[in-house]
Amino acid sequence: MTSAAPHPSLLAESVKDAAVAAFLAAVLGFFFFALRTDIGTGGLDLTYRWGLWFTATAIVFAVRLALNLLVFKTRNPVTQHIKITASESTLSGIGRVLGPVLLIVAATLPFLVMWLFPNRDRQFIDLAILIMTYVMLGWGLNIVVGLAGLLDLGYVAFYAVGAYSFALMAQYFGFGFWMALPLAGLLAAMWGVILGFPVLRLRGDYLAIVTLAFGEIIRVVLLNWYEFTGGPDGISGIPKPSFFGLEFSRTGGFAEFFGLPYDSIHRFVYLYYIILLLALITNFVTLRLRRLPIGRAWEALREDEIACRSLGINTTNTKLTAFAIGAMFGGFAGSFFATRQGFISPESFTFLESAIILAIVVLGGLGSQIGVVIASVVMIGGIELLRNLGFLKEIFGPDFEPTQYRMLIFGLAMVLIMVWKPRGIISSRNPSAVYKERKKIGSDMVAQGEGH
Amino acid sequence: METAMNTTPAHNWDHNVVLSVEHLTMRFGGLLAVNDLSFNVGRGDITALIGPNGAGKTTVFNCVTGFYKPTEGRIVMRHGNDLQSEKVEALTRTGRQHDIGKDSAVFLLERMPDFEISKRAKVARTFQNIRLFGGMTALENLLVAQHNPLMIASSMTIGGIFNLPGFRKARAEAIDFAAYWLEKTGLIERADDPAADLPYGDQRRLEIARAMCTRPHLLCLDEPAAGLNPRESTELNQLLQYIRRDHGTSILLIEHDMGVVMEISDHVVVLDYGEKISDGNPDHVKNDPKVISAYLGVDEEEVATIEEIAEDLPEIAAKAAALKEHKGEASGQAATAEPPAAASEIVVEGAENHPGAQPSGLRQPRSDKPDDLTRVKGIGSVNERKLNALGIWHYDQVAAWKKKEVEWVGSYLAFPGRIEREDWVKQAKALAKGVAGKKSGKGGKS
Amino acid sequence: MEYFVQQLINGLTLGSIYGLIAIGYTMVYGIIGMINFAHGDIFMIGSFIALATFLALVAIGITALPLILLLTLLIAMLFTSAWGWTVERMAYRPLRGSFRLAPLITAIGMSIVLQNFVQITQGARVKPLQPQIQGGITIMEGVTENGTIAVQLSFMQMIIISTTLALMIGFSLLISKTPLGRAQRACEQDQKMAALLGVNVDRTISLTFVMGAALAAVAGFMFLLLYGVIDFYIGFLAGVKAFTAAVLGGIGSLPGAMLGGLLIGLIEVFWSGYFTVEYKDVAAFSILAIVLIFMPSGLLGKPEVEKV
Repeated sequence: MTSAAPHPSLLAESVKDAAVAAFLAAVLGFFFFALRTDIGTGGLDLTYRWGLWFTATAIVFAVRLALNLLVFKTRNPVTQHIKITASESTLSGIGRVLGPVLLIVAATLPFLVMWLFPNRDRQFIDLAILIMTYVMLGWGLNIVVGLAGLLDLGYVAFYAVGAYSFALMAQYFGFGFWMALPLAGLLAAMWGVILGFPVLRLRGDYLAIVTLAFGEIIRVVLLNWYEFTGGPDGISGIPKPSFFGLEFSRTGGFAEFFGLPYDSIHRFVYLYYIILLLALITNFVTLRLRRLPIGRAWEALREDEIACRSLGINTTNTKLTAFAIGAMFGGFAGSFFATRQGFISPESFTFLESAIILAIVVLGGLGSQIGVVIASVVMIGGIELLRNLGFLKEIFGPDFEPTQYRMLIFGLAMVLIMVWKPRGIISSRNPSAVYKERKKIGSDMVAQGEGH
Repeated sequence: METAMNTTPAHNWDHNVVLSVEHLTMRFGGLLAVNDLSFNVGRGDITALIGPNGAGKTTVFNCVTGFYKPTEGRIVMRHGNDLQSEKVEALTRTGRQHDIGKDSAVFLLERMPDFEISKRAKVARTFQNIRLFGGMTALENLLVAQHNPLMIASSMTIGGIFNLPGFRKARAEAIDFAAYWLEKTGLIERADDPAADLPYGDQRRLEIARAMCTRPHLLCLDEPAAGLNPRESTELNQLLQYIRRDHGTSILLIEHDMGVVMEISDHVVVLDYGEKISDGNPDHVKNDPKVISAYLGVDEEEVATIEEIAEDLPEIAAKAAALKEHKGEASGQAATAEPPAAASEIVVEGAENHPGAQPSGLRQPRSDKPDDLTRVKGIGSVNERKLNALGIWHYDQVAAWKKKEVEWVGSYLAFPGRIEREDWVKQAKALAKGVAGKKSGKGGKS
Repeated sequence: MEYFVQQLINGLTLGSIYGLIAIGYTMVYGIIGMINFAHGDIFMIGSFIALATFLALVAIGITALPLILLLTLLIAMLFTSAWGWTVERMAYRPLRGSFRLAPLITAIGMSIVLQNFVQITQGARVKPLQPQIQGGITIMEGVTENGTIAVQLSFMQMIIISTTLALMIGFSLLISKTPLGRAQRACEQDQKMAALLGVNVDRTISLTFVMGAALAAVAGFMFLLLYGVIDFYIGFLAGVKAFTAAVLGGIGSLPGAMLGGLLIGLIEVFWSGYFTVEYKDVAAFSILAIVLIFMPSGLLGKPEVEKV
């Protein structure tokens, strides 16, 4: 910020800056740290927490001062020795190896977990299932946002359609998971077309807000159509998937058939492989589509819609296919979610969910498949790990509840990662066709879609 | 009018028409961008659409390629060798968009959505401000242009997903076709580079190659030579000649570069203020006084004064007369016009009729080298001559004008107030400060 | 008829609040072309600051209600502005000139941060406040088969509508007459050019956020007074509605934001009054979708001509 003067005393300057930051923190925090309103007898009570306010201000001062001295103001920031900012080419080089390695890890994960953490295997496999669900959702949304450049803030709507389709089909017609899965995907795709048709000619942010609105509409309808969807009570008793007709039950099921001792972990492992398979199908189809005319048209659409039209591409249909295919994968993931939870309610399909999926796509790097994986592992895995910080209670006292900081940290991480890498973690583009030599395309060339 | 002035037999564009624009009118709110415009594009011709800035050329393009829906008029695209007039009339009555026969087809472009025009009617275009897919490689750009045939080959994606042999073959052919055009445009070495990475001239050619990959019958180029250096401009000419000769593609282009236009066009249509002012072969257009007045940068007022110096300048006189005739003004007026001042006599007749003071002039330019007064914004070549007639040859002379001289000259040249507004004196001072003389351009249109 | 008039008044009151928030969206969108997703949460922050201020002022013994209200309003505007400024400085300025989606994601991130910050520091439970301004005037009375219906215009509603009106006029003047407004409009047109001509672009953008936050604080305070209940989550729905209002009115247009706000308020209230209260959000969003499909640039927005 102030690089004009040579060395007007690093310390003095840092202290001054930290004081300003602390003052700002004091102002901002006054009504939140120092004062607290609580429901008391006969109305709201106001409690004063000067100590907390002062501590928070002091922490801001100390942290800012430390950062100033070590990173921001000094000529030799400590970060210069840390090579976080690996170059694009190194990253993509790693990327080439990373894909197969990740695939092998993913394929053997349940067994690795059972071997490494025999006591907590259920929890970790469950976490892996959760992450994999987000990977799949991220890949699905990547088609819409990353390839076709259509900003969709209501992706969760299709996730909900998938989940509710399966749940309702199971409830009313007794469908099993495998039978309902394709239908749920088709229904979600159909909704994608129905919703997409009128709105896809809108540009940029208008599209974003209308998709957001549609997401909310679907949620509100699910919430209020009590007779059909169960309203806020949701739908429970959604059947678990069977393995070629074998249930994962204590008797007469999977374990008995294969002569294994019954263990509830079998079902978790099975669920994990289902979502892995679904995610891999999503990935495979996306990668294939990218190399087909339709996928290339999506990317061309993201780059320049007018030029597309001048080349005879029906942009409305092209957008609709992107929307529908993205929705279809969302629907598959939704069905899986329903069968995994056994219970669904509109609670699970809020805007926050859409925001998280979009954040995964953007943080990972638009259009990058591996980026979505990294972002999912970091963001979803990261916040779930915060559940395990029980030991902090011993430092901050028994009232300290680390889980309530999860979303706060999640939000901060979103901001910080974006500021650090606005193009996402992996942002170079792989050409979809090669004449002689495959060259990566730098992110500064690639457009991000409508409205700019 | 055209046929009356030419004794040669009918032009190609009169009987062998690929595109005809008929009574095209385009209105944006209150602005009339194109007014009742009709012209033909001959099959296999290179047709140039020219005109000053804001004449409505790009609007015509946007109507032809479906980006704008014309307010009125008909745009007919024909495949096949004859006019198919009955088919066109029948089609117009039915309200359908096209009539596709076995060897021939007619399309009413004003009824078709933009992408259909490229897909079915086979009209391809480029854009004034290049619109490439910057983040995609040159090769990918050309593959996107082959979207429709590839979509069919991939059986609407289903066959493509399973990578069926039919699709594999089609894809290989598409890449070959793209490579062919990359070769032709000299971009084959850059096939795998992102389009945004290419230099400007390459981007222009890539855009043409991309348009050609849609296998068009008519190629519309919006200022293809803009921003090109002379060598690139020559290469462009060769490329266009090649496209026309070896692919039989008709070309319609908008161009400002007269060199390009006159060299390669078979047919030139001139627009001004949304109306056609001339139409014919390059020679015809070059000598059309209306074109000259539009292009010399002559203002309305100046047009009226051209005849004042007519006697001195016979070639302009002829054009002025023709212009006047067209304007439908009384032709007798030329005779009553004030005779021009002889250069040898600085005293102008009627000088006392103008307010202010006549600036002092020189009989001859110093060392016979007059400055190029048209470099002063506001002075066109006509006024330059008039100033020369007053003995004003040099920038420093203009720079020395005081208020009363400015007033007099303003009145004499019949644009009072403009000299102050455009501040000729200050401009002249700047120019007089020994700015190296550029060669005299057409300049000066304000 | 009486019922209709009553709903009209209620709708206008709610619409005023939406309009005030919508102005913040529309100004930010106008100047840097981003959806400031955290703006709804700034509104929520404003209502919390107003609540704490109100209680604190009562606690230190000020008894005159008008004075308390005025002081609360001013303090809430001031402190909420600081929040608006900080959010811009931390989450958006580093991404100035970056890609469109990056600030959108930081905005969503900031929204999550603000919600959870308030939840942690102030608790997740709702904060009820007794109605402070009671009474009103009866402007109409009618007899129906169910008895008499009186159309009430409460003092609260009068305050909300008149404050909104005053702020609107003040803001229009600010934008059209002052150098700040001129700088703002210049930045809207072309930031680079404005910077070259000596406009401090960063400062102008910061001030835009500050103004937006101040208006959101007013809206937050009014929401608190009108409904008497706030929690950390009110920002999301109010924010989405207000953004809907801004888009409906034509984003970038100040009168459009106000008009859109009023319309959304009216739609919601009338839908609740005549149909079902559950689907009022669906009604508001559906109207938005329909308007955008047939009038893509909103009601008062400038039509966008496609540049080819």
